[in-house]
Amino acid sequence: MKICVTSAGEGPDSEFDPRFGRCGYFVVLDSESGALESIENKSAGASGGAGIQAAQTVAKAGIDVLLTGGVGPNAFSVLSEAGIEVKIGPSGSVSDAVRQYEEGKLQAISSPNSAPHAGMGAGQGPGKSQGRGQSRGR
Amino acid sequence: MKIAIASGKGGTGKTTLSVNLALALSDAQLFDCDVEEPNCSLFLDCEPKLLEDVNCLVPIIDSEKCSLCGQCSEFCRYNALAALPSKVMVFPSLCHGCGGCTLICPEGAVREEPRRIGIIEKAVVSELEFYRGLLDIGEVMAPSIIKALQAHIEEGKTAIIDSPPGTACPVIATVENMDYCILVTESTPFGFHDLKLAIDVVRQMKIPFGVVINRHGLGDARVEKYCLAEGIPLLLMIPNDRRIAKLYSEGIPFVKEMPEWKERFREMFETIKNQVDQGGSA
Repeated sequence: MKICVTSAGEGPDSEFDPRFGRCGYFVVLDSESGALESIENKSAGASGGAGIQAAQTVAKAGIDVLLTGGVGPNAFSVLSEAGIEVKIGPSGSVSDAVRQYEEGKLQAISSPNSAPHAGMGAGQGPGKSQGRGQSRGR
Repeated sequence: MKIAIASGKGGTGKTTLSVNLALALSDAQLFDCDVEEPNCSLFLDCEPKLLEDVNCLVPIIDSEKCSLCGQCSEFCRYNALAALPSKVMVFPSLCHGCGGCTLICPEGAVREEPRRIGIIEKAVVSELEFYRGLLDIGEVMAPSIIKALQAHIEEGKTAIIDSPPGTACPVIATVENMDYCILVTESTPFGFHDLKLAIDVVRQMKIPFGVVINRHGLGDARVEKYCLAEGIPLLLMIPNDRRIAKLYSEGIPFVKEMPEWKERFREMFETIKNQVDQGGSA
């Protein structure tokens, strides 16, 4: 079985990243063979549709379970279509997350648990503060 | 002649200037291109009527023909397509309607279907033809509405175009085919800062432009000094006048009650025409 953890960096010791579409890497562990693969998330900086692209990436990697923090509606529909189980709420490193999963401590979700664009950090959004309607009346 | 009224900062007087200028000229067309929140009609005694829908062509995948090669999804820079081992999923709200997926599909499995993203409305107010675009709630593609709106510009007429604020895509879409751009500002730190951003845009797009200072008397003289130093034409100063503010608050274009301003707007229009004839500058 292939377990995927969203993470900030490569390898088992890197920090778990609760964002799905905009995490840095997907660390994939094959629980049978013990093989570990770190896949860069190329959609981390996308202006839109990052979750969709990320879901496509992990589906292509053939994962069975995704351990992450938040999944928006578009990403969730792709993950469901691909038959990927989503578990939320790990903490610590990638290996900590896998251990928490194996100990049955993570919660499964059956619907999106995050709003669209929730993983966008400051400065990544379209940013259109329009500064309207000042000094009206007195 | 096509003249856009833009500004970096919002709330500097684009709509005030657009409506008053359009009313001061005879036989003009007025376009409200601030399709996310059009407001020209607040100052025009009219009820705009639906003229047409604006659609975006979104892909429909024929699963019989689709070989799941994934080229469509790879091509789409807006991530509107997800190619999975079992099927290709389409996210119409992310699609910008470029048609690239249809062209790139080696199996001919993609066809396009229109999806409404907004509307164009029209009203005629005595001599003035008024058009406005309205982007549907939840939609993002303001530029498509703006392009559809500008398709109603008639050659030989003077088109006055009220731009959205800022310097992002909707503004670029609004000003890109203009003969001239008026930048409205107020001489305050924010007004000045955002004016310079707007100047960068029109310079880069090589659109002749000039500056109008609204609420002149408010703030300081930094905009005037800057324009003078940069050789940018200062087209008009609209004073920070209580009468103008009061008329604004009642939704009355001030040229209606202060007819001397009609003449000033016409003079400004002549100045602009001369600047365009001489090939721009600034």
